[in-house]
Amino acid sequence: MAKNKKTETTTVTEPVRTSGLFAYAPAPESPAAAGDIAGSYGHFIGGEFVDSSGSEALKTVNPATEQVLAEFAQGTDEDVDRAVKAARKAFGDWSALPGSERGKYLYRIARIIQERSRELAVLESIDNGKPIRETRDFDLPTVAAHFFYYAGWADKLDYAGFGRNPQPLGVAAQVIPWNFPLMMLAWKIAPALATGNTVVLKPAETTPLTALRFAEICQQAGLPKGVVNIVTGDGRTGAALTSHPEVNKVAFTGSTNVGRSIARQLAGSRKKLSLELGGKAANIVFDDAPIDQAVEGIVNGIFFNQGHVCCAGSRLLVQESVHDEVLDALKRRMATLRVGDPLDKNTDIGAVNSAAQLARITELTDAGEAEGAERWSPSCELPSAGYWFAPTLFTGVTQANLVAREEIFGPVLSVLTFRTPTEAVEKANNTPYGLSAGIWTEKGSRILWMANQLKAGVVWANTFNKFDPTSPFGGYKESGYGREGGRHGLEAYLDV
Amino acid sequence: MSDVIRLDVMKTYKLFVGGKFPRSESGRVYEVSDSKGQWLANAPLGTRKDTRDAVLAARAAVKGWAGTTAYNRGQVLYRIAEMLQGRREQFAAEVAAAEGIGAKKAATLVDQAIDRWVWYAGWTDKVAQIAGGANPVAGPYFNLSVPEPTGVVGIVAPQAGYGHSFLGLVSVIAPVIATGNTAVVAVAADAPLPALSLGEVLATSDLPGGVVNLLSGRTADIAPTLASHQDVNALDLAGAIAHEGPGAATVLEASAADTLKRVLWPAVDPAAQDWTVAPGTERLLSFVETKTVWHPMGQ
Amino acid sequence: MSTVAANAPGAAGGGLSDVAASEASLRRFLHGLPGVDAVGLEARAATLGTRSIKTSAKAYAIDLAISMIDLTTLEGADTVGKVRALCAKGRHPDPGDPGTPQVAAICVYPDMVATAKAALAGTPIQVASVATAFPAGRAALPVKLADTADAVAAGADEIDMVIDRGAFLSGRYMDVFAEIVAVKQACLRADGTSAHLKVIFETGELQTYDNVRRASWLAMLAGADFIKTSTGKVAVNATPPVTLLMLEAVRDFRAQTGVQIGVKPAGGIKTTKDAMKYLVMVNETLGDDWLSGHWFRFGASSLLNDLLMQRQKLTTGRYSGPDYVTVD
Repeated sequence: MAKNKKTETTTVTEPVRTSGLFAYAPAPESPAAAGDIAGSYGHFIGGEFVDSSGSEALKTVNPATEQVLAEFAQGTDEDVDRAVKAARKAFGDWSALPGSERGKYLYRIARIIQERSRELAVLESIDNGKPIRETRDFDLPTVAAHFFYYAGWADKLDYAGFGRNPQPLGVAAQVIPWNFPLMMLAWKIAPALATGNTVVLKPAETTPLTALRFAEICQQAGLPKGVVNIVTGDGRTGAALTSHPEVNKVAFTGSTNVGRSIARQLAGSRKKLSLELGGKAANIVFDDAPIDQAVEGIVNGIFFNQGHVCCAGSRLLVQESVHDEVLDALKRRMATLRVGDPLDKNTDIGAVNSAAQLARITELTDAGEAEGAERWSPSCELPSAGYWFAPTLFTGVTQANLVAREEIFGPVLSVLTFRTPTEAVEKANNTPYGLSAGIWTEKGSRILWMANQLKAGVVWANTFNKFDPTSPFGGYKESGYGREGGRHGLEAYLDV
Repeated sequence: MSDVIRLDVMKTYKLFVGGKFPRSESGRVYEVSDSKGQWLANAPLGTRKDTRDAVLAARAAVKGWAGTTAYNRGQVLYRIAEMLQGRREQFAAEVAAAEGIGAKKAATLVDQAIDRWVWYAGWTDKVAQIAGGANPVAGPYFNLSVPEPTGVVGIVAPQAGYGHSFLGLVSVIAPVIATGNTAVVAVAADAPLPALSLGEVLATSDLPGGVVNLLSGRTADIAPTLASHQDVNALDLAGAIAHEGPGAATVLEASAADTLKRVLWPAVDPAAQDWTVAPGTERLLSFVETKTVWHPMGQ
Repeated sequence: MSTVAANAPGAAGGGLSDVAASEASLRRFLHGLPGVDAVGLEARAATLGTRSIKTSAKAYAIDLAISMIDLTTLEGADTVGKVRALCAKGRHPDPGDPGTPQVAAICVYPDMVATAKAALAGTPIQVASVATAFPAGRAALPVKLADTADAVAAGADEIDMVIDRGAFLSGRYMDVFAEIVAVKQACLRADGTSAHLKVIFETGELQTYDNVRRASWLAMLAGADFIKTSTGKVAVNATPPVTLLMLEAVRDFRAQTGVQIGVKPAGGIKTTKDAMKYLVMVNETLGDDWLSGHWFRFGASSLLNDLLMQRQKLTTGRYSGPDYVTVD
């Protein structure tokens, strides 16, 4: 062979071909690992699984197959009342326990979650549609860690900065969403119990199964009856719970519209309310960013959990000088995303949680296209059954476009550009939301300046979608109020 | 056939250094008796050389232990509590014999020791949240203070008083390692057996070797070696006698001054110290250094 | 005869021809490369490491990995007998299964090249020789060039050179560049063909990922045909993040110049599971174009036997043991 350069002509933008030579065989996690799923479920009230007072039952389906997994009760006003009374009854003894003993219950729960994490990961994946890789490597470790962290606070409340001997509020009404069912449960229940409150929690109507399994864990841990109560149902049950006159605290995670109505409803009640609502985060990439890692961060920011993440980096703000480079790299990377069976250990993007959510994503993206934004998806085969949406990119988006303003809550990224840091800040803040933001640059002083300017509760620099029990999370503006996680997360459940 | 009387298997107590259980390099032991003068066991007579070996092991363990996440350190400390819970009866018996108290009181002391590990397990990832924070400096700077471990801490464990042999011991070790320090401990010279058994628990609790090193022997040999050692960063004199004499707190503190070790004083009357009282954060915050970082903010 | 494409010093297209015009321009270019965020890079490598390679994919990957091995012996105690035995192993990795692929190359010290060449006559297995005062690289340039020329003259198909890490770390990039160019020249054979040049960075000594990215571009610009992580002689050898970074470098280099460069992680890759992780990184970073022994190699010795045991497991359904593979 000649020493001269071989004259190869390789196209620059040619995507990586991964489905060719080295095709990964299916590596499915066993659905049986999820443990026994009952045909139908009632509520968990006063330490027991009980039937609903009503007869209406809802179905939860596996969004990857549309198969019904189980029926569960639509909680009635009477069910809710019964649960609140059970929580009230348990409150006296629970709040009077020494913090160290309350903490030990939470440590037990944390340990049992660690022990049963595979079972819970598979169950979560089946009920939610999210990939097993995420439930296994992210959701479950985070859930256990959250209980572990707040277990430690239970006997240290005097040191938390809220004065000596801070008191619990009483019965907490907690309504959580479907995107991280067990993690949202942990974020709600762990701090509430550590501070001496008792809870009534309503899981989302599309993902009740891990919350009901968690009830079993409470039993295994020997948690006193009534400290944790779980009532299932749809928004009607949630409304009955948040408006119940005898609850002392309301915590809600979900859409901004529902949060708004709860806030309106509680006006004048003097009940402490914490809300973790929608977002439309800007992920801001400067021209001096570590590009390969920024691309990973963009992908993780919007395609993690199918984009069903309130703090998702759904608006990519990229500096004009590196727009083409970043977009080429992003498309190349998106082409390697593996969409499909959530129980396959190699799946990156699973199923959209429900038909309703799929319809909403479809509607918003169609509207985006109609407004003139340019739509792109890598070629990927979607399963025929189930709810699926290919990872999607919109370019040529302006601040005025619907896809740049509305929370889509799906694997859809809108790309905008900016020229200067000031312009990036203006565009990033130009939204009624303020949950999170991302900054990508190698320049430390710019990171801190940007962080200072951004109106968002969490700012990630050269990373995205990172969560830790010790780190407070929550939004500015219409993304809600109150913080979950960290020392700050205690405040929502203390009379301070 | 008559019943054969089964002979108990007695345990050889050993030091705990670098995650291993060596005999003393001196090859010597000393007799340990209960409060009535009845022989219980022989304990290894740890020497100055054993102390220096232990400091080497503790130093080698600092990087890994301080570098592990606070969450993992908490898991390990909680694991110690779990392991202890399973050996509660053994420790209760050892404490009862060591301190000459009843079985019930001894069991309560062990329970409290278990809970003390849980207390400090919860502190590992919270200490920075009460002892650190952002400082609002008057200028375009981000300014953050965080506590970091001091390094190798020499501990003279409680030598007398109710609960000293085990609850007292745990009460001085746990806060030191919770923040990421490593420890070389002169255990109660007259009642070393619960402490030496603790080594067996630590060795099976995912605690890296060298994080805690336990030495039985003459406090008057071990404590001055720790106090003067250049590679020891701090001293907890919990069990050092306050009055004058070799190994007394004042002498040790003066020796520690040569390398400006941080020194935590003993109680005015160490023998009267009540280890059953809930600990605050004093011991936890005695062995951390505050580091403050400045960084400009600008476009 | 190798089919590996040759890279030529300074011949890179894509507007890069002037980069090495001066010390200053080379430094500006290398320091102008995008930074590497260590945490993000390591997280990506770790995530790719969680891929689950099963059944047919595993069978394919095991055979592919075997065919990518530079089966290596680089010991002071090497003898003619040892090298011959290793060559026999490379030709027939599993005597019990003739369907087992051969390794890509046998990698030896220069004085063993002739022995290896003879032992491999008639096979497509390449003979690779380390050179340039391997592993430290601490010798005068004429000595390094003589070392190289000696190996080439003895029949080496590939030369694995080490860069002068001291020069690199003190910022004398032009010295490193010039040395690679000179060694490349020394790879020339009398008939006008050339031995292929692998350039070893000793990434464990370069320490930072930014340095690894700069070294990658430096070597590619200077004419390296392959870039290689390590000698296997220091504490830290190939790691997944370092290799991922180098894969990204060859990807970007081809995108800019049209020239494809190979990558060789070496040292510390001992198990099939390790090898799978590297192949997944190649697959998802570079794709099919690099999935062959022409473009990706493992510098390894003990890896082969683990691959063979796993291969036997897939074939027979039973777990194998070390007594069922040969020790050479």
